[in-house]
Amino acid sequence: MTDITNQSLNEIIKKVKTKKISSTDLTKAYIKNIESAKKLNAFVTTTFDQALDKAKQFDNKPNFDQLLPGIPLAVKDLFCTENIKTTAGSNILNNFIPSYESTVTKNLWNNGSFLLGKLNCDEFAMGSSNETSHYGNVINPVGDQLVPGGSSGGSSSALAADLTPATIGTDTGGSIRQPASFTGTVGLKPTYGLCSRWGIVAFASSLDQAGPMTKTIKDCAIMLESMSGFDEKDSTSINKKKEQYSKNLKDNIKGLKIGIPKEYRVDNMPKEIDELWEKGKKILKNLGAKLIDISLPHTKYALPTYYIVAPAEASSNLARYDGVRYGYRSKQGKDLIEMYEKTRSEGFGDEVKRRILIGTYVLSSGYYDAYYLKAQKVRQLIKKDFDDSFTKIDAILTPSTPSSAFKIGEKTNDPVSMYLNDIFTVPVNLAGIPALSLPAGVDKQGYPLGLQLIGKALDEQKILNIGHAIEKNCGFKNEIKKWWA
Amino acid sequence: MSLDKEKIKHVAKLARISVDEAKVDSLTKDLNSIFKFIEQLNELKTEKVEPLTSILNQSLRSRKDEISDGKIREKILKNSPKENKEFFVVPKVVE
Repeated sequence: MTDITNQSLNEIIKKVKTKKISSTDLTKAYIKNIESAKKLNAFVTTTFDQALDKAKQFDNKPNFDQLLPGIPLAVKDLFCTENIKTTAGSNILNNFIPSYESTVTKNLWNNGSFLLGKLNCDEFAMGSSNETSHYGNVINPVGDQLVPGGSSGGSSSALAADLTPATIGTDTGGSIRQPASFTGTVGLKPTYGLCSRWGIVAFASSLDQAGPMTKTIKDCAIMLESMSGFDEKDSTSINKKKEQYSKNLKDNIKGLKIGIPKEYRVDNMPKEIDELWEKGKKILKNLGAKLIDISLPHTKYALPTYYIVAPAEASSNLARYDGVRYGYRSKQGKDLIEMYEKTRSEGFGDEVKRRILIGTYVLSSGYYDAYYLKAQKVRQLIKKDFDDSFTKIDAILTPSTPSSAFKIGEKTNDPVSMYLNDIFTVPVNLAGIPALSLPAGVDKQGYPLGLQLIGKALDEQKILNIGHAIEKNCGFKNEIKKWWA
Repeated sequence: MSLDKEKIKHVAKLARISVDEAKVDSLTKDLNSIFKFIEQLNELKTEKVEPLTSILNQSLRSRKDEISDGKIREKILKNSPKENKEFFVVPKVVE
């Protein structure tokens, strides 16, 4: 019998709809995979009994008209799930059981799917390698010493290892696209405001966006359609008509103008990344797209800007973790202030503390103008670079990351070298526009490499279409051996 | 500019995070390398640039000021590390 779990979400949905497999058998197949993949450490919490109950309910009374009929899904542990522990990868939330469901997960469940478990991630989504999680490193199924990327590292690892048919992550500076690139999967960061932030543990509120992580572009369209939509509970949610991304997916890109930004060729970039980029350009050209050289002159200032804006917002968002209303409380501390200080010191990991301190400092009296205000001005310039370019082009093609997956421990001693991983992904978050990463080749070690497509605000359909065209023509096939099972 | 240990301890105090004395040195080193990286922004002239305050082309909505939930005290207290069925309990604040 063929293994159902290594197929695309779209194929699986077809099989459920034509009753070739029941939701229960599908769920059991994933549970079996998850149980034999403990080495990857992709899950913080599993909800097998509940998933099997939901599968049985579906099989007894199936509704095949839904977008995700009877599909079990694991999600990043940053989404609040009602009555299911939600940790955000942090010790400070090690006992937090939300009494409400995030809007994005609720949308998924309303489309017929149900929860399989919660996936490991960098603590409060701060990291690029899943090495800051309180619940341990996640392993990349591509190789037993490799990081899966971050912060949505549990999501990328679980997806690539066939532990969930599709998943969702969050992307503040690249946390969906970089792990997708490292594991040979597809990841999309939608336009800011397309997916509700309500019920997602907040990191940097003006940058955070939830999005799909999938095996194919078609799957990505199905998931985006299922999770997005206006939400009154998020004040920055965009009120617009729902798109049918999967139905409208096409691969005819003739005549589209694709911008190639010269600033994305950085020093010391491995030759293979450059070659991958060339390969992408060639595919688009052969399909009738026009390549146009563009300049995004403030690109090199995106990361320094990000490391002011994101920590500033984080220091404010994470002020709520004080050991009073929920989460961990230190046993030490004679008075209230000491209790706060000990709780936060014991509850947060080193990277989170670093960022809270950076954020507190750049917002503190006397330094606000020099750092935070300056960063907001540069952010304006970065956004304007994109706005100006999009008057002439339809989309932008770049590499997703400056390298393939690196080894565990390789970058943990130098925060700045870790931050540089997000050099190609961060500008998009600062500008609030959508971008996807899709696998398009491998390096000489056989590790996957991704290409990034950037669109203008709310142009998800167009970048999905272009991605679909590249996917069909790049000849990439993820061949992961299940060495862990 | 560079951050010295005293400044870092002050910022940690503002952030209500107690810093282990043994870790102050490595923290100082890390934060200084991050700030050195951040300060590349000083190369840019931005006097005439308006700071970005929203990336959405829409203003924030307002909603009717109506109560939409309530009577969920139990739910709210459920996750507290210490409560007395009615309130959150914290170490004594006033004598």
